[in-house]
Amino acid sequence: MKVHEAEPATRPKRKRKIEEPIEHPLESWLRMDRIPHIWCSTCGIGTAVTCFIEAVKKTGIAREDICVVSGIGCSGRIAGYIKMDSFHTTHGRAVPFAVGLKLGNPRLKVVVFSGDGDLTAIGGNHFIHNARRNMDITVLCINNFIYAMTGGQLAPTTPPTAVATTAPYGNYENPFNLPALAASCGAVYVARWTALHVRRLTTSIAEALQKKGFSFVEIICPCTTLYARKNKLGTGLDLMRFYHDNAEICHGIDPREVDIQFQSKIKVGKFVDIEKRSYLDGYNEYMMKRLGDKFKPYGVENGKK
Amino acid sequence: MKYWRTPLDVDRVKIPHGEVHIIPERCKGCGFCVEYCPKDILVLSEEFNSKGYHPPIITDGSLCVHCQLCEMLCPEFAIFCVLKEEGLAHAS
Amino acid sequence: MQADPSGVLTGAHYLDGDKACAEGAIAAGCRFVAGYPITPSTEVAERIAERFPFIGGFFIQMEDEIASMAAILGAAWTGVKSMTVTSGPGFSLMMENIGLGVMLETPCVIVNVQRGGPSTGLPTLPGQADIMQARWGSHGDYEIIAVCPNSPQECFDLTIKAFNLSEKYRVPVFVMMDECVGHMTEKVVIPAAKEIEIEPRRYTDKKPGEYKPFEYGEDLIPPMAKAGDGHAFHVTGLTHDEKGYPVMDWVTQEKCVHRLIEKIERHTDKIILTEEENMKGAEVIVLSYGITSRVALRAIQLAEEKKINHIGRLRLQTIWPFPEKRIQELAGKVRAFVVPEMNYGQIVREVERCAAGKCRVILVPHGGGTVHKPEKILQGIEEAYQ
Repeated sequence: MKVHEAEPATRPKRKRKIEEPIEHPLESWLRMDRIPHIWCSTCGIGTAVTCFIEAVKKTGIAREDICVVSGIGCSGRIAGYIKMDSFHTTHGRAVPFAVGLKLGNPRLKVVVFSGDGDLTAIGGNHFIHNARRNMDITVLCINNFIYAMTGGQLAPTTPPTAVATTAPYGNYENPFNLPALAASCGAVYVARWTALHVRRLTTSIAEALQKKGFSFVEIICPCTTLYARKNKLGTGLDLMRFYHDNAEICHGIDPREVDIQFQSKIKVGKFVDIEKRSYLDGYNEYMMKRLGDKFKPYGVENGKK
Repeated sequence: MKYWRTPLDVDRVKIPHGEVHIIPERCKGCGFCVEYCPKDILVLSEEFNSKGYHPPIITDGSLCVHCQLCEMLCPEFAIFCVLKEEGLAHAS
Repeated sequence: MQADPSGVLTGAHYLDGDKACAEGAIAAGCRFVAGYPITPSTEVAERIAERFPFIGGFFIQMEDEIASMAAILGAAWTGVKSMTVTSGPGFSLMMENIGLGVMLETPCVIVNVQRGGPSTGLPTLPGQADIMQARWGSHGDYEIIAVCPNSPQECFDLTIKAFNLSEKYRVPVFVMMDECVGHMTEKVVIPAAKEIEIEPRRYTDKKPGEYKPFEYGEDLIPPMAKAGDGHAFHVTGLTHDEKGYPVMDWVTQEKCVHRLIEKIERHTDKIILTEEENMKGAEVIVLSYGITSRVALRAIQLAEEKKINHIGRLRLQTIWPFPEKRIQELAGKVRAFVVPEMNYGQIVREVERCAAGKCRVILVPHGGGTVHKPEKILQGIEEAYQ
């Protein structure tokens, strides 16, 4: 029963503030029951995830057609926060798992979102072979120059002289130049951006997603707790300021020239964007020619499952 | 952002205005939004959230031009900007 | 559910075990194989590579066995029946991802055509020394199913059974062949497609948003979903809860991991397949598997010629889970188990464990490289009667 309470004439009318439900525009794309995520303050991975989701929205690819596969590490946790069919697999094996997904259902858009060590150290063999095959997957590599999750060990991308727990007196090894590695193995789209270049990174990821074939985007992210701290570089914010002052956009440059030394200039941009038949298209074309009508093309008719 | 002179069409051209929303409990005080806001309208507050971080607060919300850099840079999904209306720029 | 006739080569064929295994996989509905060449299993992949282009399957030779195992897991999550083939050294490489397959509860089949080991060993000669590795090879606690054919016909039949078991129990299943069975050529009868029983995958009927990848019912086996159906599920190799999210505490470990074991142990009577002969009044039982079981047959014939009677024969068609209850039951009734194996003692340990001292257990070991001489197994039988 509704009781109508007469408002006393003497009491001043208080203005009621109507609370708008505050929802971040990306919340429907995230597993909100797991937010806030585990990444450190000033870690760039969250920024990379934001750019990825914005890129997906930009391309208009249906959410149910995308699968995200991660390996192990801080970057490996990405799959756990994105609300798509996502797989957190074993160390280094995100790429072959993704290949299985893609070949099992060629209609899917499969994205490997993992770290520099996961993709190019233990996962190196899979990386180079699937780039060679021009497998139609998109590989987004979070490069923080270190193995952060396990406490700051040397990575194949750690610049010379940088300190890591397994190289306590400084790194004496030669690091990988990831864009050169991807390009020389046959990737059709190779780009590098830092976590600071949010808009260009979003566009680049969108292009990579829409590119048929093996597309690779290296995302240089600040790692405050391990890389920055062990090398006395400040916090992730200081690293972002460093990227601001030292990143040079060099579109189309030869990827062999974009290696990164310790606190050197970072050349970013879109280095490779070529057309090449993807793995499955090549298979179907070749087999059709070779075997004729008896050949049943794969993944072509009715989108399969 | 500083103009070297006031644009001649400042009284005719409409620019977007945005409304910044902050979710303080999610913030980890990284400072990316504060550092890179082109209108410098964010500062880290003196208050703490329950995790002990200083979330940002808005100093002058009317200056926001809806560039959405804060929204894109934030690693925590803790800040975003809603397009309000297009209005005339404030000459800076 | 019946087999898809498009892949079934109904009729009588003269095939070796490897090729029969490939045909069995195709008849079972397998349409994705990722493999890496390794003697003596390569012929399975070669047969698949020849047949798949005409029946809408896909074969890829991956860069190594680790990738092969990861790829078949990925493909399984899109709803395809997938398989990989390997031998000893590749089997060792696959172990980490086998663990992932178990943890993600992914149906798939791994064929190990065993050869002499350890290490590079005897690539072209048989062995049976990977049996324990199939059960315990990956780290952590888990339970799997393994079948062991002893003829090309059984390679066909048991591969189909392996697929059915993997779909039913949502677990990787191993087909533990050996080089001898794999490379021997015999008559293989492939029945009509409608006579081949196939277990369909059990999918969830929950709507997107409600599905939890590891939510289970009475039988402890969660229904599956496939990527692309809009469920937006997350699965991880970390210890996880029913939603698939990683939860790092001992309570979840207890729930998650223990169920992986219970899932198989609760249903052992539906899984275990053995062949028993002459068990009534048997005093000695010869327990064998794979190619050794055929040599054991000859040894029993020789023993019966020598007037040694009452020899029972128990052949394991499923090796894992091991028929513990049956062995415990039999141990009280016989003098001894004679266990010939092409290794230095693997299944014999299970027999000893289950017999628990109630009877003798006599191992007739052989390092591999060739099959036992029947006389050696006969010696074991004679020893059982002393």
